[in-house]
Amino acid sequence: MIAAASTSFGGVISYLTSASNWRGSSGFLERILQHFEYSAETLLIAVAIGLPLGLLSGHTGRGGAVLSMLSNASRALPTLGLLTIFAILIGVGLEAAVIPLIFLAVPSILVNTYVGIRDVDRSLVDAARGMGLRPWQVLFRIEIPVALPLIVLGLRTAALQVVSTATIAAYVGLGGLGRYIIDGQASRNFAELGAGGVLVAAFAIATESMFLVCQWFLVSPGVRARARTS
Amino acid sequence: MKPGGLTFHFHKVSDWAWLTGHIGYFWQLSRTHLYIALVSVAIGLLLALLVGCLAARIPTTHPPILAVTTVLYAWPSLAAFAFLLSITGPSDTTVIIPLSAYAFALLVRSVTEGINNVPDDVRIAATAMGYRSMRRLLTIELPAAVPVIIAGLRVATVSSISLATVASLIGVSTLGQLFVAGENTDFLTEIIAGVVIVAMWALVFDGLLLLSGRMLTPWARRVS
Repeated sequence: MIAAASTSFGGVISYLTSASNWRGSSGFLERILQHFEYSAETLLIAVAIGLPLGLLSGHTGRGGAVLSMLSNASRALPTLGLLTIFAILIGVGLEAAVIPLIFLAVPSILVNTYVGIRDVDRSLVDAARGMGLRPWQVLFRIEIPVALPLIVLGLRTAALQVVSTATIAAYVGLGGLGRYIIDGQASRNFAELGAGGVLVAAFAIATESMFLVCQWFLVSPGVRARARTS
Repeated sequence: MKPGGLTFHFHKVSDWAWLTGHIGYFWQLSRTHLYIALVSVAIGLLLALLVGCLAARIPTTHPPILAVTTVLYAWPSLAAFAFLLSITGPSDTTVIIPLSAYAFALLVRSVTEGINNVPDDVRIAATAMGYRSMRRLLTIELPAAVPVIIAGLRVATVSSISLATVASLIGVSTLGQLFVAGENTDFLTEIIAGVVIVAMWALVFDGLLLLSGRMLTPWARRVS
């Protein structure tokens, strides 16, 4: 059995390095693009839902209990189940993959934004108010910059989960990198299956690195120094 | 598979006779499902406590441990299941190994973060009282880290219960079986029943962990 595993490892390498597997409508490049499309669309919508809600409730200090309950309930919904429901209800298309993934992505964004804003040092907020800043100025000039490391962490976690879970879209007949895993498993082609796994993991690590770089540029040096000393 | 378009078929949604006739089946699937999901979290927690304590004790081990857990977490569960299938076959082990790895990846962060967030004066006070580093870790720092660890454990448990459904795609009968069968026959009632049962179990164990967290940290209650 170990021998079988190691020969399939060699198979994965040759599957990945074969130029013909990269081209065409079912080639790696096309599948990577589809995977990116599902993930990016999901994240955009999840940010549009989670970020304003988190900012609002963190800023006003209200609704935290309700939001954390909703987030937990949303996390508890199995993505595979939602995917099959939407595939039957609205047909196999981009929406059938994106809607279930939104349920997966919103909680991390929402909860991290809320906690980040809520936990901003109250004396900073008081000082800003004392200087005559309006509530929205306090939010955009004080609370968001200070909470940014946690907000970006929420986005990063959500992105990672979406990228790795978008593989199951292939189960209902959609594209993306999950195609190789589902097809490879169906035809017992372990080289194809392993190649799919490696590509998704590489995609996820690239996503993670991108967010780390963004964080480096977005978070102000002052906030970074605070985080290091505390 | 049907052609696209936004046509809803609500008449397919509720078939009560089918539901009441399958309660025994739901229970049987739930048992395997929960066994797989919870054993995975337990293994993940045990490993995370060991490795997390190591990372908190020896700071130089922290970055490589974080890098390894990120890769573990990013690996798609479906690929891990399918890949292990070639070694361990369609058994519980095939599912428990990747799910443990996820729980581990998530919980290592909670454990190290929890220990590192223990206030320095607590640590200094313990040292002054004559605690050596090992005893201080086990009797002071780890208990003080319990709220953060429980928070991580709740996310890990809920995710594990939700992810165990994917095991049905490789032929291990968890509650995800309801999705696979429902998908094959276009039978919505079965899929919705599956979603509701999985979500229900996830919330039940989430609530249990919340309660046990409160019981384990009576000091947190008294202060607030």
